[in-house]
Amino acid sequence: MKKSQIFTRGLIKENAVLVLMIGLCPALAVSGTVRDAFGMGLAATFVLFFSNIIISIMRKRIPNEVRIPIFILIISTFVTIIDYFMQAFQPNLYQALGVFVPLIVVNCMILGRAEAYASKNSVINSALDGLGVGLGFTLALTVMGAIREIFGNGTLLGMAIFGEGFKNAPVIFMILPPGAFLVIGVMKALINRYSK
Amino acid sequence: MKDPALIFLAAFLVNNIVLMRFLGLCPFFGVSNAVETATGMGMAVIFVMTLASWITWIVYHGILLPFDLVFLRTAVFILTIASLVQLVEMFLKKSYRTLYNALGIYLPLITTNCAILGVTFLTIDNKFNFLDSTIFSIGTGLGFMVVMITFAAIKERLDLAPINPSIKGYPISFIAAGLMALAFLGFSGLFGLT
Repeated sequence: MKKSQIFTRGLIKENAVLVLMIGLCPALAVSGTVRDAFGMGLAATFVLFFSNIIISIMRKRIPNEVRIPIFILIISTFVTIIDYFMQAFQPNLYQALGVFVPLIVVNCMILGRAEAYASKNSVINSALDGLGVGLGFTLALTVMGAIREIFGNGTLLGMAIFGEGFKNAPVIFMILPPGAFLVIGVMKALINRYSK
Repeated sequence: MKDPALIFLAAFLVNNIVLMRFLGLCPFFGVSNAVETATGMGMAVIFVMTLASWITWIVYHGILLPFDLVFLRTAVFILTIASLVQLVEMFLKKSYRTLYNALGIYLPLITTNCAILGVTFLTIDNKFNFLDSTIFSIGTGLGFMVVMITFAAIKERLDLAPINPSIKGYPISFIAAGLMALAFLGFSGLFGLT
């Protein structure tokens, strides 16, 4: 497979959230605004990219019987790094994402790529795969965040885009939990409708 | 918030783990095709969640805090939970065969269930004491089970409903879950809880 295909496969065709339906918890929980969604996506991409590289480098030395605990340890190392990094440099974002930053460690997307791809392929390919899947996740979250922020709050990245009248009565439930379920349900239905 | 009854109600209804906090969505959508399996999964989650919150509370306050190792929290908690689930599975298999037959197949699924790890993080972040964290995790687990069973009942009806093929499956499940979440929003403000 060509290098560019490895990258784009995770980005669109096998998008983790919208096509494979994995990593749903953070996707629904932190997509209330574009900023939170984008921040969460980049944090997960960072973890996925570096854990894929390290696992790929060590793939011939990891004994098969204990591979899953070792993968989890490697992933949790990078989760701890991004956790403390965000706490120090992006305290507002960290506050908004809350418990979902340490929970990147149990995101099945990351362990799934480690098990299915990085433990069997070369370093370059694993890095590209991690970047593609991670950015696909970021893309899905950002689109959801944009839809929910525009309708629920009348803003995009904090800037008002509708007139004064909308401020008094936005579709408030879009930024509340039910809106997340509704947005991803309608998006998935549209994907089903137009991808065949 | 010190009253145990309020902690229980908040965990059970107001901040329902699935519909309000978005934790444990994978089993919620994956294992909810029949009411019986949903019940089994719910019981297994309550059981493991309570055990996990005890063990991680002891590990955090007994080892990580005194030795200034809080930065290892994520790695230690996930490994503790993984080995706990394995241990529980072996113990049940040997000593309580009937319970194992009822819960056994759900236990391996629980290791990577973000609801369990999420609850252990939340008890630490909320600075609960041992008793409060027990009540919190039982309430959360019960909330998971009730929502899971209700959703399974809805899904059993949905299977028979004549729906447009592009909405069948995941999309209609999401929309049904969204309507349930809308109903659960009605609980916010109950006894002044948010």
